[in-house]
Amino acid sequence: MSFLLALIVLAPALGALVLILLGRFLGKRAVFWFSPATVGISFLASLIAFTTFKNHPSVFYLFPWISVGKFHVDFSLLWDPLSSIMALTVSGVSFLIHIYSVGYMGEDPGFRRYFAYLNLFTFSMLLLVLAPNLPMMFVGWEGVGLCSYLLIGFWFDRDTAADAGKKAFIVNRVGDFGFLLGIFLLFTLLGNLDFQYINSRAASLPTTAATAAALLLFLGATGKSAQIPLYIWLPDAMEGPTPVSALIHAATMVTAGVYMVSRLFPLFARSGLALEVVAWVGIITAALAATIALVQNDIKKVLAYSTISQIGYMFTGVGVGAVSAGMFHLFTHAFFKSLLFLAAGSVIHAVGTQDMREMGGLRRKMPITFWVFTIGALAISGIPGFAGFFSKDQILAQAYLHSKTLWTVGVITAGLTAFYMFRLIFMTFYGEPRGWKHAHESPPVMAIPMEILALLSVISGWFFSSFHQWLKPLGYIHLEELAHERELILMGVSVGLALAAIVLAWWIYLKRKRGLRTGFLYTLLTNKYYVDEIYEALFVVPYREGARAVSRYFDAGVIDRAVLGSGKLTLEGGRLLSFLQTGLLKDYALWMAAGIVIALFVALRGLL
Amino acid sequence: MTSVMIFLPVAGAILLLFVPREKTDFVKYFALGVSSAVFFFSMWFFLNFNPYYPFPQFVERARWIGFGLNYHVGMDGISLVLVVLTALLSPLALASSFRYIKEREKEFYIMILLLETGMLGVFVAQNLFLFYIFWEAMLIPMYFLIGMWGGERRLYATVKFVLYTMVGSLLMLVGIFYLWKHSPHHSLYFYQLYSLSIPWGSQILLFLAFALAFAIKVPLFPFHTWLPDAHTEAPTAGSVLLAGVLLKMGGYGFLRLAMPLFPQAFKFFLPYLLALAVISIIYGAAMAFVQEDAKRLVAYSSVSHLGVVMLGIFLLSLRSYMGGIYQMLNHGLSTGALFLLIGMLYERTHTRDMKKLGGLARPLPVLAAFLMITVFSSIGLPGLNGFVGEFLVFLGSFEVNKTAAALAALGVILSAVYLLRMYQRVMQGRVKNEVFLKLPDMNLREVLIMVPLVILFLWMGLSPNFFLKKFEKSARLMMEITQQKYKTLYLFENGGER
Repeated sequence: MSFLLALIVLAPALGALVLILLGRFLGKRAVFWFSPATVGISFLASLIAFTTFKNHPSVFYLFPWISVGKFHVDFSLLWDPLSSIMALTVSGVSFLIHIYSVGYMGEDPGFRRYFAYLNLFTFSMLLLVLAPNLPMMFVGWEGVGLCSYLLIGFWFDRDTAADAGKKAFIVNRVGDFGFLLGIFLLFTLLGNLDFQYINSRAASLPTTAATAAALLLFLGATGKSAQIPLYIWLPDAMEGPTPVSALIHAATMVTAGVYMVSRLFPLFARSGLALEVVAWVGIITAALAATIALVQNDIKKVLAYSTISQIGYMFTGVGVGAVSAGMFHLFTHAFFKSLLFLAAGSVIHAVGTQDMREMGGLRRKMPITFWVFTIGALAISGIPGFAGFFSKDQILAQAYLHSKTLWTVGVITAGLTAFYMFRLIFMTFYGEPRGWKHAHESPPVMAIPMEILALLSVISGWFFSSFHQWLKPLGYIHLEELAHERELILMGVSVGLALAAIVLAWWIYLKRKRGLRTGFLYTLLTNKYYVDEIYEALFVVPYREGARAVSRYFDAGVIDRAVLGSGKLTLEGGRLLSFLQTGLLKDYALWMAAGIVIALFVALRGLL
Repeated sequence: MTSVMIFLPVAGAILLLFVPREKTDFVKYFALGVSSAVFFFSMWFFLNFNPYYPFPQFVERARWIGFGLNYHVGMDGISLVLVVLTALLSPLALASSFRYIKEREKEFYIMILLLETGMLGVFVAQNLFLFYIFWEAMLIPMYFLIGMWGGERRLYATVKFVLYTMVGSLLMLVGIFYLWKHSPHHSLYFYQLYSLSIPWGSQILLFLAFALAFAIKVPLFPFHTWLPDAHTEAPTAGSVLLAGVLLKMGGYGFLRLAMPLFPQAFKFFLPYLLALAVISIIYGAAMAFVQEDAKRLVAYSSVSHLGVVMLGIFLLSLRSYMGGIYQMLNHGLSTGALFLLIGMLYERTHTRDMKKLGGLARPLPVLAAFLMITVFSSIGLPGLNGFVGEFLVFLGSFEVNKTAAALAALGVILSAVYLLRMYQRVMQGRVKNEVFLKLPDMNLREVLIMVPLVILFLWMGLSPNFFLKKFEKSARLMMEITQQKYKTLYLFENGGER
């Protein structure tokens, strides 16, 4: 059994290791088969584990890691309702994206490095989801951060790519600072960092301590999952190859924060305040990011802000206490958002630009891409029948029971979502071609993964109740009951709003053929509320200029000068005293005699 | 055996005196052979060390001058791992100099061998007298290494280095006189000195004398300004050993001498020491961030990293203390590796000015990969060595002092900031100088220098228990001595020094 779980994690690790050490001896085709195959093995192993172990919680011990005194952490893997679903989703989506990458990145001279990083990422992500304790999760957490850094900056001679990778890592490190302090605090309080132990003891923690620990951990989650205040790295991360955006920055890594909060839900629940913060940060992020997505012209940037927004929903779901709803949205989002990214990648691959103003009319040239994209867009917009409808609706209903304001913001955001998604579709696939010449449909190696994901983007939404039942053994899974007619009304409002938004998008971008381009609001949105600039002014510039000033005026000007000064003092002192060095024997004899007298006096002082 | 190991390099150096200076290849490989032999010796000790016995093992004693001024060496777990670190870095530093050093090669290799004996001696000495002799002896070869094979401003750097260190050690010498006078039978054996009860006032003065010497060596803010100059001017091998081993002696001195010898004074000064450690972490990181010279950057990063080490050691919780010692090893390896790589870059580009570098991952992919791994080892990425040490230090510190730990943990962010910036400025972006596009990547010798280090990064990151267990008992003992849990300690161990 533990062999099977180890295989899930180790197959991609082996892939990465082989590609890094021996990659240069492998031919192109060998890499194209080998790298996806390792992830395929991982997926198969997850599938077997999923059908054999089902959702029975168990920890599989591999080998000891760190132990000092009572602090003791092992390398083990945890299989339980939550991790089983995550393992299956991660390895499955990763497998599809590996295959897609063969088509997308096959011609890039750095393809060996690319596949090595992608395998390493899959390994780290699976480690993250199968971790039974916080330090192990942190290993995976940092591992995916590393791979994210490496893959965002994959085309490292582009300064923008290198900058974006660095920004992603550093912003995440700010989150990690909180994550680490949360770990330390929990260890100080409980003396054990196993999830099961923390959850079982959470009720006994003092409220303030639980709040502090939960909020510190949540700071980590806002980094990894791109939420306020640390979401700013994700849009820049679009500098990476598009399949990377699909896998890391849409489907898997960025949802790790939601997974972590779900994992430690009893701790968060111990402190009502912490959950409240999670819910509100989620919904505000969702709304804010959706408004920015309205005006983006880069196809990937739209999707990036949309990801931030959708993860906000997931946090809202978990924050109002509906863990299964939040996790379900994570599950469906993994399919339709990676689908949207892959389809966008297909478009970018075909026309060679990411600017939607240079696209248009691609519907006929790229029918498969168009159709799968539309399915993804319908799913994310919450149109009945498609996956996103079921998961988002569940979150909104639970949010409504918690607070009407949460629901209102959520429903308006749902409308915005439909609007920017269809704005994207109309700008890209409809209207007249603007600028591109030789667009073509993508080869089957790219099309088939998209088609599979399109299928999943529809049907994955139909299984909420079995999903909910599957998670039940965790012990903290429950949903509030909502009166049936009330539920229908709420659903009607959100669907109606989404449909209206689609019509509005159609009217503005196809009928009138020009977007809103003026006004204070538009400037504010295109500049992303100036958040990057504000952070720059608040943190980056003071740190840089402060450090420069201290370096110049204090380190060199005060400390070093003091040291050199004392050196000089000795030198000058020596010169001053050099008058004693006359070279005349009689002077020396005189000094000697004086010295003896003084010494005698001191020595005999006791006797006198 | 211990003595054979520590004096083997000197013996090698003496033999080298008789080799004609034209036979440079023989000189190189002979020196490498000698220091590799030392490494195998240290491995023997590592494998035969009994981790359950906290006191020094492999002890050797001899009467020397008398009056307590005797020869006495041995290794407890802490000494052991530092000896292994020294024995590992020395041959690597030697091998890295094969092409870098082009003049007076024979003298260079003799100096490194002498330095190796001095460094090993500091860690194995079991009485203060011997400790001081090695402590001072080590300075001389270092002085020549920087002064003769250094960069343009080498004289300025050496004078600064020697003055700083001498000021510290002279005060320590005065302290040693005092201890010698007051210890029974004039013994300077560490474990006998630990049970001395020294009056409060004297403790304060003595602690200040010792602490200054060690704080300069660490270096703790504000005694650090010799370090960037010494590093920038030193040849690669000098920088590697300076950062890798010499700086460890500050931390070692604190935990072996200043803290357990004068525990009450240490307790009195603890808040100030903590402040210095935390300031070092943040200050070092901020200064590293604004450097233009890659070597200066790494030098300031040492200030920051050693702040973490000292925080762990000062706070005396088992986890922070063990983490501090582990972090000494990590810093030795990672920073040693950084200096090696920067040296390799410098041999190719003849500049360390990051404004002139950039995009070098294109022509030098292997070097870039090694630099990447080393940078992440230094940042403390889980799975690599640096994380284990940092994590234990912060975890242990947090148990004792939340404020200090939280402030220190800011280093987690700041180290990523300056190291990734350095990597970007050197390796990423466009190549600024066409000539650089034709640079040769790492050769086999260079790869072989780096491979053992990278293996250790992974090994120490994935299986730290293998190393931690070696010194856990000794670390516990030193901690408990510092916390004054024992009254007459030397009775525990049979036969003190007479």
